Amino acid sequence: MGTSYTPPTNPDWWREPIERTEIWWIVLAFSWCVFMFVWMTGWHFFGPQNMSNETYKTTPEKFSKQVAEMQAKYTVRKDEATGEDVVAPPPGSDVYLAAMSWQFRPILELQKGQKYRIHLSSLDVGHGFSLQPENINFQVYPGYEQVTTITPNKTGTFAIACGEYCGGVDAMGHHTMLGRIYVKE
Amino acid sequence: MATTTMSDFRIDPVSGLKIHRTANKLVQWNAFAAVVFLLVGGLFGLGVALTRMPSVQLLSPEIFYLALTAHGLVNLAVWIIFFEMAVLYFLGAHVLGNRIAGPKWAWAQFWLMLVGAALVAVAVLGGKSSVMMTSYPPLQAQPHFYLGLILFAVGALIGCFVFFATLVVAKREKTYNGSLPLVVFGGVTAAVIAVFTIVSGALILIPTFLWSIGLISYIDPMMYRVIWWGFGHSSQQINVVTHISIWYLIASLVFGAKPMSEKVSRFAFLLYILFLQLGSAHHLLSDPGLTSAWKIFNTSYMIYLAVLASMIHGLTVPGSIEVAQRRKGLDTGLFTWLRKAPWGNPIFSGMFLSLVGFGFIGGITGVVMSVEQINMIIHNTTYLPGHFHGTLVAGTTMAFMAVTYWLIPVVFQRKIALAGMAKWQPYVFSLGAWVFSIALMGAGTLGVQRRHADITFAGQPLAYEYPEIAKGLMDLGEIFAVIMTVGAVMFILVVLASIFAGERIPEGSAPWPKVEDADVAAEKAGRKHIGTWGMEAPGTFVLAMILFVTIVLYYFINFKYLSTVWGMS
Repeated sequence: MGTSYTPPTNPDWWREPIERTEIWWIVLAFSWCVFMFVWMTGWHFFGPQNMSNETYKTTPEKFSKQVAEMQAKYTVRKDEATGEDVVAPPPGSDVYLAAMSWQFRPILELQKGQKYRIHLSSLDVGHGFSLQPENINFQVYPGYEQVTTITPNKTGTFAIACGEYCGGVDAMGHHTMLGRIYVKE
Repeated sequence: MATTTMSDFRIDPVSGLKIHRTANKLVQWNAFAAVVFLLVGGLFGLGVALTRMPSVQLLSPEIFYLALTAHGLVNLAVWIIFFEMAVLYFLGAHVLGNRIAGPKWAWAQFWLMLVGAALVAVAVLGGKSSVMMTSYPPLQAQPHFYLGLILFAVGALIGCFVFFATLVVAKREKTYNGSLPLVVFGGVTAAVIAVFTIVSGALILIPTFLWSIGLISYIDPMMYRVIWWGFGHSSQQINVVTHISIWYLIASLVFGAKPMSEKVSRFAFLLYILFLQLGSAHHLLSDPGLTSAWKIFNTSYMIYLAVLASMIHGLTVPGSIEVAQRRKGLDTGLFTWLRKAPWGNPIFSGMFLSLVGFGFIGGITGVVMSVEQINMIIHNTTYLPGHFHGTLVAGTTMAFMAVTYWLIPVVFQRKIALAGMAKWQPYVFSLGAWVFSIALMGAGTLGVQRRHADITFAGQPLAYEYPEIAKGLMDLGEIFAVIMTVGAVMFILVVLASIFAGERIPEGSAPWPKVEDADVAAEKAGRKHIGTWGMEAPGTFVLAMILFVTIVLYYFINFKYLSTVWGMS
């Protein structure tokens, strides 16, 4: 006389009263839904960690030129591990970081507590910027340049792993892809 | 209009349903194909698991990425969608005592999906299409990879329209009176979402196919992601709707339960149709080029209205079971109804484990990780596979397995063989899926990236090492992935043994005893008022409150953690 696989026994089922268990739950659940919506919106106003809304169209050629210019201007030393340039742009400046199969370059040196405008783009396929051990993750695409204002709040050596599968043609290097950011006082 | 005679139908002794023979063949073939693909995908999954275990690392990177592509496609799409086709035909024809409309079209659905899956398999196994199931350009697979996906999707689209036409036939030929049964209404919801999903897939995969054969020069990587996820995420929403319908079905089959309120449950399904699609934005929260306003509106399903729908179903399904049990006399205490449930019956235990696993593991984490800001500290880590094995494996797959134990006698006219194994299967499978999910989420919050063949960055001059505990969690999780695989193999053994060697249930044999409808039982016993605190389902309300408190705590724990990372704006 009434199951979920037979038509409703009461043809006027939309006029049946709702039982109290359900009413209380719906009220509670909906309040929580509204709260979460307000809180997520509100974090943009009172929270210090938010996605940037600043993105530009670019090209791999243009972007790699900007990386090279910054590197020429602000290289401060050679990295001990790789012998590559370590680039220390001044606080508040525009910092260009390129993802490519399979590395993030250049190696950066930043200061704790200072703001930097980090421009992220890819020179080939889609990659993922994954700052470790902070565990901050963004998508990175060719043709798009996202600008995020970051403020490192800890000193140390940070790795950038690749968070988006980027495959390869003759070999698979996605899981070997790394970059590095040093943060000093 | 085609006419049917009585010999086109049989009365099923197990369920009492009037079954259209042609429709039944289609249900059988789709369900059988599904189970075979579950096995294939599961074995690839095992290879993935044994490679992601830092202490084993079975496969080379090349084979690993191939296996991961195959595992994702087969288990996420092929197994699930074949099974859903079987479910749709079952709901449209069997449940309504109806014939299937356009059986030739339905066969076209089956063969197109099969040929499509085969084409994709050839491309992936050839090793030149290891692009993951998401196949983000500019990574390029071989043309037949995309062509196979398109054929598969077109097949599924045909299946949806066969289902709609079947409902029209039922209405016109008056095989039922009044409104559609709730589970069929759920099927309609799933099929409506499926049409949206498949059209999105076609919109992006057809140009991508043309790009792969050189007719189009450029596919914008962002545009691809925006449209592809209209396909990729929405297809998971079809699963949610289908397995929730199966929960309602099993509650009625095992307990004689009826929905607590037809109005509330149907309204919740309607909320899915209206808002669930917006959820594809979950995958784009950490992307450039989309504004926060767009992200917040969509990721929240417009103020979380689809989350509300899931929370409603999460209460009303166990609530309807509690009400039924109380009506049948188990009206003492808060949880007597649950304690005295048939835990040895895999139809019930599988369904209830699916409900709890989906709610607590898949559901809670899904809501939290789809917060725009929280996503930044979770995106593309192993937290993701942790989460969606909670939804898709612990939830959907477990529910599909549970209902299979009921479908085999009805559809294949065979008794369940290896009943002892069937009894334990839901527990083994769920244990594996739950611990796997939780361990991978743990490793993900510690930064371990998904889709990495090796998490040690071996031989790299810019070395990085994950915390030891993260590696331990990966080992632990993958051990339970092996247990999950064992559970899946147990299921497949039971299915194959039953279909091919199970005891036949001859046509015309005596009807199986049917579970009495709970409200009939209550009327006979003169039982009117049930429950306590003025609630008919107080035990379920307590369970729901546990879920509620868990989600609130977990939400703020994640914000607390977010507040400690680098400032970003």
